[in-house]
Amino acid sequence: MEYVIEMLNIRKEFPGIVANDNVTLQVKKGEIHALLGENGAGKSTLMNVLFGLYQPEKGEIRVNGKSVKITDPNIANDLGIGMVHQHFMLVDPFTVTENIILGKEPRVAGKIDIRSANKEVRELSERYGLSVDPEAKIADISVGMQQRVEILKTLYRGAEILIFDEPTAVLTPQEIKELIAIMKALVKEGKSIILITHKLKEIMEVCDRVTVIRKGQGIGTVNVSETDPNALASLMVGRDVVFKTVKSDAAPAGDVLDIKGLKVNDSRGVNAVKGLNLSVRAGEIVGIAGVDGNGQSELIEAITGLRKLEEGSIKINGKEIANKTPRRITESGVGHIPQDRHKHGLVLDYTIGENVALQTYYKKPNSRNGVLNYRRIYEKARNIIAEFDVRTPSEYTPARALSGGNQQKAIIGREVSRDPDLLIAAQPTRGLDVGAIEYIHKRLIEQRDNGKAVLLVSFELDEVMNISDRIAVIYEGEIVAILNPKETNEQELGLLMAGSKRLEAGENFHV
Amino acid sequence: MSNKLKQYGQRSIKYLITSARNMLIPIFSVILGLLAGAGIMLVSGYDPISGYSAMLNGIFGDEYYLGETVRQITPYILAGLAVAFAFRTGLFNIGVEGQLIVGWLAAVWVGIEFDLPKFIHLPLAVLSGAAAGALWAFIPGLLKARFRVHEVIVTIMLNYTALHITNYLILNVLSDKQDKTENIAESASLRSVLFENWTDLSRMHWGIIIALACAIIMWFILEKTTTGFELKAVGFNHHASQYAGMSVNKNIVLSMVISGAFAGLAGAMEGLGTFGYAAIKGGFTGVGFDGIAVALLGGNAAIGIVLAAALFGGLKSGALNMPLEAGVPNEIVDIVIALIIFFVASSYFIRWILSRFSKKGVK
Repeated sequence: MEYVIEMLNIRKEFPGIVANDNVTLQVKKGEIHALLGENGAGKSTLMNVLFGLYQPEKGEIRVNGKSVKITDPNIANDLGIGMVHQHFMLVDPFTVTENIILGKEPRVAGKIDIRSANKEVRELSERYGLSVDPEAKIADISVGMQQRVEILKTLYRGAEILIFDEPTAVLTPQEIKELIAIMKALVKEGKSIILITHKLKEIMEVCDRVTVIRKGQGIGTVNVSETDPNALASLMVGRDVVFKTVKSDAAPAGDVLDIKGLKVNDSRGVNAVKGLNLSVRAGEIVGIAGVDGNGQSELIEAITGLRKLEEGSIKINGKEIANKTPRRITESGVGHIPQDRHKHGLVLDYTIGENVALQTYYKKPNSRNGVLNYRRIYEKARNIIAEFDVRTPSEYTPARALSGGNQQKAIIGREVSRDPDLLIAAQPTRGLDVGAIEYIHKRLIEQRDNGKAVLLVSFELDEVMNISDRIAVIYEGEIVAILNPKETNEQELGLLMAGSKRLEAGENFHV
Repeated sequence: MSNKLKQYGQRSIKYLITSARNMLIPIFSVILGLLAGAGIMLVSGYDPISGYSAMLNGIFGDEYYLGETVRQITPYILAGLAVAFAFRTGLFNIGVEGQLIVGWLAAVWVGIEFDLPKFIHLPLAVLSGAAAGALWAFIPGLLKARFRVHEVIVTIMLNYTALHITNYLILNVLSDKQDKTENIAESASLRSVLFENWTDLSRMHWGIIIALACAIIMWFILEKTTTGFELKAVGFNHHASQYAGMSVNKNIVLSMVISGAFAGLAGAMEGLGTFGYAAIKGGFTGVGFDGIAVALLGGNAAIGIVLAAALFGGLKSGALNMPLEAGVPNEIVDIVIALIIFFVASSYFIRWILSRFSKKGVK
């Protein structure tokens, strides 16, 4: 069988680090080939080399058996290599077609021939079963649809090899299923796919072969049919990984968080949380399960003071904190690992040390009479970096330069080290690899075992089932059920999350 | 131990190399600007060498010119600090010009109206200038914080408001239909006999000391205090700042107020130092707008701003000598100065050229 893409013994160095060393990737025609590795293992670097954004120091790239030099992305395009980026590169006010033809517009007498472009996009969309409306505006379509537009962009440019960069990170479970069907349809039509991911489940489901990179080193390529998730995980991490989190039974005490009759509006002024009741006790983890957009974000923002609430009460250790400022709430013992770590969690242009001090800079000993004591701030940062295994060149490195997993560890270090009575973790493992996920789960359970209350919000059912002591299902701004994870299953949860089944108040039970 | 020393040495060498590269870009920009200016002079039939030597003479030629250059640099430093301070918090203060004008008038007003011992009168007049500028900048700050009105629009409009209100006050309140106020009391003056004697009776005054002190103050606030930590955090990412418990609105207002105080001081320097009075203006002084370029060129950092202000002040005062000594007409001089500033401002382009060069060098 002939290879469409061969990257042989690639080495790419950056000042101070070797991002890729002796990595070999060979993709057969018509296969879905996974590129697996932890965050920061060098997957993106390798793909950027293939896409012409970086020049390798050593190694050879062959396309259809011919040795090529890819010095910029245009050459990659001409060779039929297309990239579906993780962060979409779309112009929001433009239509689907306008985005797709951008930079390659069909013209008639100097004018853009939008009609024939629309037709072509529609044909492409139908051929691969993408069902995208060419005339819809990007701003009006869902994230899943936007991703299909990115796929169409590469197809429109004649791509034969499609690179998907962590495509499922932004999708809902339903959208993931549809994406998998699309990928299979593409391969059927003779395209080849490189799938960058660290989700083992997806690899097992769609891929033919998988190439593993660890710390920049090529570890090897295996057939998916001859391996299993455990073997892949230990290949990726370099040690055995425990999937099922081990934890003892919870020993909950009194209520730390007590929410009654909470009503919160979303940014458009529409009621998003509608009379919600919830309590979290010391020494337990309560997981909120629900489909994205059922009021989870508004709930967390109301608890942490980022959003005004309309009605209801929120008590921490018996003290009312509703509509207090974020600082007052933080100081009354709430820690918050935010859902969007780039938007809320970090000031990316600040150093790791400064970020670790983001909520405590004004307190002694970090500052005195308004003057910062940077020596103490960085000393403390060094401790947190060591204790929470944040992999960074130094505490003076800007947060921007760290991989997602290490950014998240820094945030968790910051929040946990403040020793809050209630820790709110919103999607704490989003976009992270198994090693980091395992670590973060361990830390959350540790908080619980130290007698703290933990509120976990996650869209990943596995995660909620795995580490929660109680599961609260949220649907349209209300808690519709409180369940014991040992006595429920994904089916029941799925039904509750979809709103098709509702336990009456009397049926609710405390674990 | 020696290992640590070695590491430290390596780090400082690295630091030196990067800062040398950062210095290289503005210097290269200035050289390109000078070359382009020379081209213009050549094309229009003037000798660039005598033109530039006239300019250099006008900057450093003798003690008098040097003193005048320093005098010119003073308000540029403060205007640059004003723009940069707001910018570090993510705000565009285009209203430095207006804040400067009200600061000028307020300082002169206090300088005329009161009769106090110098050690009270002078600080009072200087601080009034700062306070007036701060107040003028408080308006756009508040509007931004409360109603999300864009500060660029408000500050631009307030420039005109400042110009016409001060003109009205000078004409009707501070004088009897005269085009300038009377001179300030000696006890409120920044004039320095010492500097005047050093510089052959130029108008150089104590203001340069205040300006340099303000540069240090800005550096200290931004780099060393909790206030600066908050201001910068809000500038970089106001979502994360709010999440961390900082008040975004408070910091927006505070940033504008401090920025306006620097701008007001720039005006006070002109009113209490250079001129000793406030006069009706037909148009803007331009110092506030040049402050934007000074801040950009200086990388919005205190030291950079002092150096950039020195360049601007030097060009401005050197240019005055070009018609006198080399016969280059004023219009050509303006074009030459504008070209230099153009190249300096397009540092991105320069960076690009430099990176091209260094890449070629490697190959």
